[in-house]
Amino acid sequence: MSRSYDRALTVFSPDGHLFQVEYALEAVRRGTCAVGVRGSSCVVLGVEKKSTLQLQDPRTVRKVAMLDDHVCVAFAGLTADGRILIDKARIECQSHRLTVEDPVSIEYITKHVAGIQQRYTQSGGVRPFGISTLIVGFDPNDTIPRLYQTEPSGIYSAWKACAIGRASKTVREFLEKNYTDALARDDAIKLTVKSLLEVVQTGAKNIEISVMERYGVITNLEQSEIEKIVAEIDAEKEADAERKRQRLAATQAGQASMAMGSQLASGTATPAAPGPREGHATAPGGESGVQ
Amino acid sequence: MECSFGITGKDYILIAADTSAGRSIVRMKSDENKIKALGPHLAMAYGGEPGDTNNFAEYIERNLRLYHIRNHFPLLPPSASAWIRRTLAESIRSRKPYAVNLLLGGYDTTTDLPHLYWIDYLGTKAIVPYAAHGMGVYVSLSTMDKWWYEGMDKREGVEVLKKCVDEVEKRLTVALKFNCIMIDKNGIHQIDLSEQDPIAKVESQPQETAVEAPNPPIEVGVQA
Repeated sequence: MSRSYDRALTVFSPDGHLFQVEYALEAVRRGTCAVGVRGSSCVVLGVEKKSTLQLQDPRTVRKVAMLDDHVCVAFAGLTADGRILIDKARIECQSHRLTVEDPVSIEYITKHVAGIQQRYTQSGGVRPFGISTLIVGFDPNDTIPRLYQTEPSGIYSAWKACAIGRASKTVREFLEKNYTDALARDDAIKLTVKSLLEVVQTGAKNIEISVMERYGVITNLEQSEIEKIVAEIDAEKEADAERKRQRLAATQAGQASMAMGSQLASGTATPAAPGPREGHATAPGGESGVQ
Repeated sequence: MECSFGITGKDYILIAADTSAGRSIVRMKSDENKIKALGPHLAMAYGGEPGDTNNFAEYIERNLRLYHIRNHFPLLPPSASAWIRRTLAESIRSRKPYAVNLLLGGYDTTTDLPHLYWIDYLGTKAIVPYAAHGMGVYVSLSTMDKWWYEGMDKREGVEVLKKCVDEVEKRLTVALKFNCIMIDKNGIHQIDLSEQDPIAKVESQPQETAVEAPNPPIEVGVQA
């Protein structure tokens, strides 16, 4: 029945769905993951970067783009669509400056991007954009970091921390569990990396982090810096697992001594602890499962 | 009455423009900035029909900035000059042309060469080592002919520029104040022509003055 509504033109199905828009959302879900986290005075964008082929130039594959001096965007979904949308947004940023002599506010440009996306769900002969975006930055004359998300349908919303793309649900749940208000710069970066590690198996080399600290000040973290943070997180997890293993061993020893009186239980008899990252990626939030 | 100068040197370019704004013989303003930074190493001095000038300069500024953001690199001076000339050439063939004359100066960081272009409202472009627009043409080109030579260092360039400004003071009936910049490999620097040795001041500044975004954003009161 829905087959006849399943065509290129975006028309309603009888139950009120726009299939093309939903397919666009599916394209987003298949795109690489992007995370945005708002700190107390900075905003962090982290993206999962596909590993480039051996002979490919990695500099030409970009997932984070500047829209203006103070606006940065990351997207998930069809990269080609992203390019077009980013270009339209960039033109609007300069056009806004030309007409009112002021830089765009983050909400304004988000609204503009979402507006374009909406238009492509309601016009003839076009298909919706297959991307969701995270738009971050600082408003002119303001110190509050902003983070917005847009979707193929044209919905936009503001967030404290948000994830889009592959496994975004897992990452968002992770963020919900671990986000605290007023994160310092390093904590915000760490949370971003940590949440990305939920979906990125290969670690630092497939993660890209951009930090905006105030109006017009943006830095992309070096590979070595990200590696350091990943190592730090790994060490923390290791220490956590070790503590648990010891606790488990202690309980087992207690039970054993109670049962048999004199026999000693060795630490190696405990079940194997999860590996540094593999275990985490497959079973997020596995810590609570141990007890 | 308007007047602007441009002088290239070994590894820099100087641009100066008067700061008066007015109609016919009346001066309405004496602190009008007629130099616009168009990129980290590119700037222009513009003059002509008031209104047209600002409009055109802002249009150029925003488009070059858009190019920079799109391509991650700013347009180099030769390409920028070609685009600006073409914009003016198309404008004069339109229903409402811009009446803007400009001197475009830039430092090419890829070849370490200074560039100066003389462009007028008709869409004429000339690549020149030194140039003037406005009334200054009549009194100072001869001065530059006499004193300019290939490969001048910064202080010598400023001396020639000062001679031109003196000439304007001596020969023109109106008194003009001048706004001056220098572009070198470190970016755009403000030059105070009334100082004995303005280059010393530039040299004493930290070398990392190159700005990614020209005409920097409004200062926000943030502690680091």
